[in-house]
Amino acid sequence: MNQPNGRGDSGPVPGLPPEVRRDGEPGWAGGLRKLYNSVVEEPLPDSFKDLLKKLDDDGDA
Amino acid sequence: MPDRIAPSAADEGFRKELLSVLPHLRAFARGLSGRPDFADDLVQEAAIKAWTARERYQAGTNMRAWTFAILRNHYLSELRRSRRQTDLDEGVVEKMLVMEADQEGPLHLDDMEAALQKLAPERREAVLLVGASGFSYEEAAEIAGCPIGTMKSRVARARADLARMLDGDQPQQVEVKARKTG
Repeated sequence: MNQPNGRGDSGPVPGLPPEVRRDGEPGWAGGLRKLYNSVVEEPLPDSFKDLLKKLDDDGDA
Repeated sequence: MPDRIAPSAADEGFRKELLSVLPHLRAFARGLSGRPDFADDLVQEAAIKAWTARERYQAGTNMRAWTFAILRNHYLSELRRSRRQTDLDEGVVEKMLVMEADQEGPLHLDDMEAALQKLAPERREAVLLVGASGFSYEEAAEIAGCPIGTMKSRVARARADLARMLDGDQPQQVEVKARKTG
């Protein structure tokens, strides 16, 4: 049985130390992804749910 | 009177895909503009544009690239339209950066964000697309409407700029926060 290697394929792990980075990659590159991912992982504001609901309800009418 | 059209399976599929890329659009827009509220407005407007144009989207192609291009073009036209009113509010940027999670990091997100916002706009866009969003050079060039060589060059310059700003004057493992108090 194969054990996942801990950094498996389930996407970024909250709290993962930012110093985890690929070989030879400068520190800022991980920082850039971390900055980006911190926004990706934020819950969508309510206004977005309203937007999608509106799209759902109204179509493009 | 127009017929009320029941949502088709295609529309429903499109809506789901659009929903799934919204977090990425938010991250891209925030990186581009540095302003969370403005970024969210951009994303919502881009989402509406994408929805309106959904018939032009080919299912099975890259929704993320397609919507990023829409957002990017919308961002540029907004910038042009409101150039005079565009004042970068440092306070807003700073507030955004007092986020959790970076306390333990050797490189702080506020340093990263500040450096990102100092880049020339086309380099910022390039490094966001390739370095943060994970697009290939080819996809990024398509999104930005430029040749691949130009995109590669922009990314390389952005990387050099960031390395100079972020890696140049401090070792990566040093706790920057501790130095700030001294």
